[in-house]
Amino acid sequence: MATVQIDRRRLLVGGAALGTGLAVGIRLPGARPGARAEDGSPEVTAWVVIRPDETVVVRIARSEMGQGTLTGLAQLVAEDLDCDWSRVTAEYASPAANLARGRVWGDFGTGGSQGLRASVPYVREAGAAARSMLMAAAAARLGVDASALTVAKGVITHPPSGRTLTYGAVAEAAAKLPVPRRVTLKPRERWTIAGQPLKRLDTPPKVTGAQVYGFDVRLPGMVTGLVQDCPVTGGRLVRFDAAKALAVKGVRQVVRIDDTSLAVVADGFWPAKTALDRLEITWDYGPNAAVDSASIARSLTEGLAAADANDGNSAGDAAGGLSGAAKRIEATYSYPYLNHAPMEPMNATALFTGERCEVWCPTQNGEAALEAAASASGLPAAKCEVHKLHLGGGFGRRLAQDYVTQAVLVAKQMPGTPVKLLWTREEDMARGRYHPAMQARLEGGLDANGRIAALSVRLAGHSILGFAKDPLVFQGLAARGEHRFGYAVPNLKIDYAMRNSHLKPGFWRGVNINQNAIFLECFIDELAHAAGKDPLAFRLEMLDGDVRRRAVLEAAAARAGWGTPPAAGRHRGIAQVMTFGSYVAAVAELSVSDDGRRVKLHRIVAATDPGHVVNPAQVERQVSGSFVYGLSALFLQACTVEKGRIVETNFDSFDSMRLAQMPEVETIVMPAGGNAPWGGVGEPTIGVAAPAVLNAYFAATGKRLRDVPLSKAGVRLV
Amino acid sequence: MDSVGKAMPKLTINGKVHDLDVAEDTPLLWALRDGAGLTGAKYGCGIGQCGACTVLVDGEAVRSCVVLAVDAAGKDIVTIEGLGEKGRLHALQQAWIDHDVPQCGYCQTGMIMAAAALLRRTPRPSDADIDAAMTNICRCGTYQQVRAAIHAAAKA
Ligand code: FES
Ligand code: FES
Repeated sequence: MATVQIDRRRLLVGGAALGTGLAVGIRLPGARPGARAEDGSPEVTAWVVIRPDETVVVRIARSEMGQGTLTGLAQLVAEDLDCDWSRVTAEYASPAANLARGRVWGDFGTGGSQGLRASVPYVREAGAAARSMLMAAAAARLGVDASALTVAKGVITHPPSGRTLTYGAVAEAAAKLPVPRRVTLKPRERWTIAGQPLKRLDTPPKVTGAQVYGFDVRLPGMVTGLVQDCPVTGGRLVRFDAAKALAVKGVRQVVRIDDTSLAVVADGFWPAKTALDRLEITWDYGPNAAVDSASIARSLTEGLAAADANDGNSAGDAAGGLSGAAKRIEATYSYPYLNHAPMEPMNATALFTGERCEVWCPTQNGEAALEAAASASGLPAAKCEVHKLHLGGGFGRRLAQDYVTQAVLVAKQMPGTPVKLLWTREEDMARGRYHPAMQARLEGGLDANGRIAALSVRLAGHSILGFAKDPLVFQGLAARGEHRFGYAVPNLKIDYAMRNSHLKPGFWRGVNINQNAIFLECFIDELAHAAGKDPLAFRLEMLDGDVRRRAVLEAAAARAGWGTPPAAGRHRGIAQVMTFGSYVAAVAELSVSDDGRRVKLHRIVAATDPGHVVNPAQVERQVSGSFVYGLSALFLQACTVEKGRIVETNFDSFDSMRLAQMPEVETIVMPAGGNAPWGGVGEPTIGVAAPAVLNAYFAATGKRLRDVPLSKAGVRLV
Repeated sequence: MDSVGKAMPKLTINGKVHDLDVAEDTPLLWALRDGAGLTGAKYGCGIGQCGACTVLVDGEAVRSCVVLAVDAAGKDIVTIEGLGEKGRLHALQQAWIDHDVPQCGYCQTGMIMAAAALLRRTPRPSDADIDAAMTNICRCGTYQQVRAAIHAAAKA
């Protein structure tokens, strides 16, 4: 068994709270002093509450937005706790309690495909620590040594005497024991809960309508607000005439939120919407009112040849290698701005009383929401609370807390009244944190043997982090780290020229792998064809020595029948990337109408190696879900700009794939295990679907599509 | 004050008659959500594009954001809250659980109501029937599981 020394700092943080009699200096808001859940059940460790009826409540700090992290984290805790999975439920840890208890639950951020993998060490230790305390309590009760006890599914047995005790029976006593300094984690071979394709814990209320999302919050005396921000980012609200709006029955007030936005507050969505449409607003559109997509594209294109680029990954002499190449090709690709468009638009409900501020909201970061509430309310964070709700989708958008700030700023003007502040879909489309627009210019040279002698990649576009040396722009192209390039190219130059527009950028599922995978994996395909080689064989020939990358590529190809002819009229394309610490590959199979305009996706075979897997069934769902998200963008979506504002206002102009367009997705989950670092799941695979499809389109038509979305070229997914 | 139309006719929702005090231009979605307090039907777009707001009106799937509440008066309105009978889950809801369909879940109540209308019309739908009937948007991409669950419910 692996013995793990609990990190000293964490022990001081968590252990000081838990170890010295559990209660000293601790106050859970709304609960008695001491480590008890709100219902009075004992908290064995901060992560584990056990009720007298044997229910095990696992506290979860990360957010559930559909990706299955809630269930996965509970599986990890339950595994080392040795409890009965059928009795496990999960609840969110409170951001305010986290603050008050020295961040006992750690990081609440849920992004970068980190929710599970970054939590692994400490949630497992939390489960193991609780187990050890429960066993110690049982040993004391039975008057035997803890080493004489066994446990399975929350039932502790003393084999010599046959006596048994349940976790529920000893939880109260266990909660009074010190947290152990050392715990023993179960080796992978003995996992029975983690690693299994268990059902999600959060499903039943989602099929009955009982699940309360942010949009569904109802509090006594609550009012509903709808937001209108300046249509042009960088502009401001000059004045408004509320007379006509206030004449609508059920409308309470029209309030200015800040320099750029206002809200109509009413008794419900419809009166608020009716009033919003009647409001007369004077905007100052500001300095960005003349920006449009063409001017943005020009700035990116200029960046493709500009001198102010920053190096991302280089080797040898790319310019020399290109000029000396036996054969040389070049291509330019582009990728647009995109909105996250989660099904549930942004919203938050806030109650401000002067002494306290409470917020109910979907957020990808409970701690950041708490900070936003504190700073908008002007109260110390200790007087604020955030009640997290499951997200109706996140995809990165809810890492920003702008909607929380707005809700608190409105609630502050109506002390004592809970305000549910909603965004219409139109507001959500206009007020995005957009996937950055990017262009790439690629030049490649082949030697006499048809191997890549030189490659240069110039990226030009928007930096999410907002600085010219943004390392994130090189996802999938980097020399080191979690997003490695992976090909052995002797003369290489990959660099980036930052070209930002006035739009606010954000982390959109997959982030920069979306475009980088298209740029690189389609251009590799172009080079393979220029070399007259099979795209799979060419890749295998050019890969660096990383066996895991080779393994996913070969696995996907084998399952897809690469090398055997596809059914008549069908064509295949292949792609691979390494990103968020995971290796992924895909083979897409499609057919194209004679005029090249209608594409039918039949099948995508994906292989993913995220190092380790907590729930393979959820991994499969993340893979097929990521394909829907990525391919919707590839075929259908762009946020374009006219007069400084976003043109696409709703799903009629920003469409999304439907069920009929869904290919059969088959996923090979092949974690390397052992000492492999944990990789991500929610995002990596999104990178491979688009290039695999584009490469298959080329196989079908002999035509390269290099501009996203394909609707621009009149190509439709049917 | 304007928008104070004539008294709102009574709505029959999940077999219960509701007297709702909403303006007569109120879409059914908001009469259900803010009037009757039934939040199972979701707002996703408000323009009939996404299907998150789907409910049954006289057995047909209707996108309630683009239907006026007054026009549903006198008809039999069923929302996700009333889909199961006598406290039991509908076969579709059970199939949705068995196939672990929802991810974020926000689109799923509308998805299930659209499927309910499909099965009412076509008890054993083919893949093509499912393709044609299930036009709701799921941003999480649960379509494969949705299809499998509909087939399973049809056999149940
Ligand atoms: S909310 Fe009614 S169709 Fe989208
Ligand atoms: S499950 Fe999230 S939108 Fe469908």
